[in-house]
Amino acid sequence: MRIPCPHCGPRGHDEFVHHGDAAPQRPPADAAEAAFHDFVYLRDNPAGPYRELWFHAAGCHSWLVVERDTRTHEIRSVTLARSET
Amino acid sequence: MRYSAFRLFTEALRGNRGWRPAWRDAAPRSAYDAVIVGGGGHGLATAYYLAKVHGLRDIAVLEKGWIGSGNVGRNTTIIRSNYLLPGNAPFYEWSLKLWEGLEQDINYNAMVSQRGVLNLHHNDAQRDANVRRGNAMRLQGIDAELLDAQDVRRMLPFLDFDNARFPIRGGLLQRRGGTVRHDAVAWGYARAADKLGVDIIQNCEVTGFRMQGGAVVGVETTRGPIAARKVGLACAGNSSRVAALAGLRLPIESHVLQAFVTEGLKPLIPGVVTFGAGHFYISQSDKGGLVFGGDIDGYNSYAQRGNLATVEDVCEGGMALMPMLGRARLLRSWGGVMDMSMDGSPIIDHTPIDGLYLNAGWCYGGFKATPGSGWCFAHLMARDEHHPVATAYRLDRFASGRVIDEKGQGPHPNRH
Repeated sequence: MRIPCPHCGPRGHDEFVHHGDAAPQRPPADAAEAAFHDFVYLRDNPAGPYRELWFHAAGCHSWLVVERDTRTHEIRSVTLARSET
Repeated sequence: MRYSAFRLFTEALRGNRGWRPAWRDAAPRSAYDAVIVGGGGHGLATAYYLAKVHGLRDIAVLEKGWIGSGNVGRNTTIIRSNYLLPGNAPFYEWSLKLWEGLEQDINYNAMVSQRGVLNLHHNDAQRDANVRRGNAMRLQGIDAELLDAQDVRRMLPFLDFDNARFPIRGGLLQRRGGTVRHDAVAWGYARAADKLGVDIIQNCEVTGFRMQGGAVVGVETTRGPIAARKVGLACAGNSSRVAALAGLRLPIESHVLQAFVTEGLKPLIPGVVTFGAGHFYISQSDKGGLVFGGDIDGYNSYAQRGNLATVEDVCEGGMALMPMLGRARLLRSWGGVMDMSMDGSPIIDHTPIDGLYLNAGWCYGGFKATPGSGWCFAHLMARDEHHPVATAYRLDRFASGRVIDEKGQGPHPNRH
């Protein structure tokens, strides 16, 4: 599997560190405990298109949001995580 | 038909014409007392113990493919109970005890072989950790022996003891650990469950749940609706997908784990050996192939195949441990989809939905747990209470803070 890094071009996935689902957003500090439980522990875990965070550790040190199909590893889009906030 | 040496002898004389299929190819009926979703090792074991221990007779196991097509046939066949934490140790020890009596119980040769599991250490800190784990095991009545480098050298003279970076200083040995012929576990449980009247229904995928007043009253399947008073999920690898059909989100991600086997060789490795400086474990099958594996690939995957970077990493671990491995040719490799839970430990519990029970999150330790998992899940489904050795495997432990994190990695499924 190769991930097309916006800065470095297509690189082997072993240059990157996987950091899981890109969807969960940290709740505000005064949110209920249940909201933090959901944020830390619960995942949709879909079989199909999945937006996830990768860190290009052996490259440009960018955080990326990769949309990948978890059944085929086909990558549909890669954007900088920074541009999403 | 009971299997025995006498039966083998008489069938040989009669041209082997008397053998019958080991289980019926059942068609689904419209209603059951209990339905188990997932015809892998855990689901079949659950059905067997529900029938045998708890006396239920009206049970179906639903399998979307064919039984044993999932992880029960995609592992490295290792059994052991060398766990540290009090939430884990009694459960895996009970499972190991069930392995020890399994073949007589189900009248099936599963080739249970207690050839020993040895965890090597390479420095003082790892030795301390092994001493601590061994003492914890012995306090819980589990066998453990600390070996020094000389003991290991006598047992496995071909390892790279004087490796400049990772010299072998000794190891923790559990002699009662070992290997089991994995497919035979699925077949043996299927045959034994079928004999007690359990319907094993293959090519029958669950596509939804039938609910009434907030409780599950049955399942929708590709072979029609089936009513059931109790539904148990034992579909690790796909637990999130099936639970989502009932509107549940789980503390689980699906990841792929690879395993490898070399060409057949003469008897070489007497037991199971694990490398302490990388993630690598190896044993030799009775057919002669060296069976080994390492880490999961590290990213969410429902593909039953892995990537080359992990192949390289696993083989590097193997070469660092026993350089002669480089002379063997890799014959096959395969991948299985694991339920990686948020703390690295499984879940055997009720769900918030009445009538729906969950057996999930086995990470890559599910095979050794097969008999214990079936036993405890059957207990939960039949009596609506946790089995004493599985009380820690609650679904709400993440909310209450009682996680069972054997490796101390935190809520990152790809690091367990």
